Amino acid sequence: MNFAAAKATLWGVLVTAALAVLIIAGSRNLAHFDAALVGYTFASLFAVFGITYRYAIWLQRPPTEMYWRRGWQVFLDRRYLARNLREWVKRLISMFALNNFIMRRGRRRWLAHWLIMWGCVIAAMITFPLVFGWIHFATPPGDFEHYRVYVFGFPTITFAVDGFGGFMLFHGLVWASLLVIPGVMIAMHRRMRDHGAGAVQQFGEDFLPLILLFAISVTGLMLTASYTWMRGYAYDFLAILHAITVIFTLLWLPFGKLFHIFQRPAQLGVTFYRDIGALGEQARCVRCDDEYASKMHVEDLIEVEQKLGYRYAIADDPARHYQRVCPRCRRSMLAIAQGRLWDRARGHGDSGGTGDIADLLGGDKEE
Amino acid sequence: MAVPENMDFFIDPSRCIGCQACVQACGECDTHKGHSMIHLEYVDRAQSTQTAPVICMHCHSPTCAEVCPADAIKRSADGVVQSARKPHCIACSNCVLACPFGVPKMKVELELMMKCDMCYDRTSVGKKPMCASVCPSQALFFGTHEEIEALRPQAQSINRFRFGEQVVTTRVHMMVPESRPEYVDVTAAMEAGPTGRRIALSVIGTSPRTGE
Repeated sequence: MNFAAAKATLWGVLVTAALAVLIIAGSRNLAHFDAALVGYTFASLFAVFGITYRYAIWLQRPPTEMYWRRGWQVFLDRRYLARNLREWVKRLISMFALNNFIMRRGRRRWLAHWLIMWGCVIAAMITFPLVFGWIHFATPPGDFEHYRVYVFGFPTITFAVDGFGGFMLFHGLVWASLLVIPGVMIAMHRRMRDHGAGAVQQFGEDFLPLILLFAISVTGLMLTASYTWMRGYAYDFLAILHAITVIFTLLWLPFGKLFHIFQRPAQLGVTFYRDIGALGEQARCVRCDDEYASKMHVEDLIEVEQKLGYRYAIADDPARHYQRVCPRCRRSMLAIAQGRLWDRARGHGDSGGTGDIADLLGGDKEE
Repeated sequence: MAVPENMDFFIDPSRCIGCQACVQACGECDTHKGHSMIHLEYVDRAQSTQTAPVICMHCHSPTCAEVCPADAIKRSADGVVQSARKPHCIACSNCVLACPFGVPKMKVELELMMKCDMCYDRTSVGKKPMCASVCPSQALFFGTHEEIEALRPQAQSINRFRFGEQVVTTRVHMMVPESRPEYVDVTAAMEAGPTGRRIALSVIGTSPRTGE
């Protein structure tokens, strides 16, 4: 096992152990832990280990490590902290709650993602605390008309068993399903009809997560239908079927597309890196002298490339590292480099000459 | 579906006439519809009418993918470096600044990098990319090595490029003279100006026939 893997394993074990301790503490020594949900608990512990392991490996890649470090540095910079905190709140709402950037990519794509995301968020907020025994409900002494919510064993709000609040709360997973299912169907429809998506999509990466979310939602709804309208018909079978779909998804979480849930917050760090970079010194292209990026970004990238083993430095002039050439000049230089080869082959030397308007018109050639 | 092994992309910027057909056609591709991914570069507009179409060269070891902090850029088994995967891309612009050919485009409003993916919806089923299918001067050509050799008997293709000390090998080939070098030294063009179709400003006020 190499150093990176050992470090990631250690982080995985630590975070998993921390969750195990929280489960024991939060359920008051498992007093409020529902033994029927033990399969979900172990699947969650495995998922937490896998996600932490992958996250730790990911953070050790040179570009990720650089952005992680710089992202926190610029965010916590005292000169910008107040501004950053204000922007953080705004961006949290705009990017994560509303998914505005996905809206700009396409309305159907946005609707699908927004429905699936909020369905999953609601489901996760209900399921995990219940599975871990962090939340349980009990009737207050002598009062069978109300439920009291206990969080980590501490009494909190009380609500009427047959009231509207109770109905909404106890059917929370139903509402989550009713968000996820249309979202999945819109996404599936797009994947089946869109030629562009069809060319690059893969079953494991793109269809499997949709199928799993659909399976979880439908089997969950079937449980509700069974105990509400069918006197518990096939309830045991449906409970096992639902558990299989949820546990499989939890076990698959660290490996597949849904891992982007944990990577995506990096987008926020990048926006602050971009903002602060724009306020600072700008890099000028060594060829055209135009500004093309923040100096911080260019220098960070040179460091990252060196760590990755790239050698874009120009040997006889280290100050003129190829990274200090702007993208526009790079594109021009490619054409010029080819033109020079043809010029040489035609005996024009390096100065050019083929097809010059001045040549064609018989006028002077500008050197 | 994959791009057939015997089909390759050949670019010959010296043949570009700057007609913009590739730019228009590129936006029609289904994998990036509405967004033209090709760069039609004016090499030095003050000095020359020389233009160059720049597409993704699909490097064997793509720097853009290596420097991506979010694992958003993948190279498929057929050697095509795909555009950033939408769920992963965090719009950091590392790829934009790192690409030695200056290819990726950052769409900040979409929080997404987009780049030429060789019209994967077309090439993966054996069709030509949009740009190559409309290029009237064949500065962009998609076909077999046999076809390009028959069309350009005085040229050979090369897919190695040098930037600083780094030599990059690509899936896309560039047409160069028969006495082909080991690689195209792009850095050597740092100080050079346009190599063709120069505008001599002195002709503006002077009749080339009479010299007055």
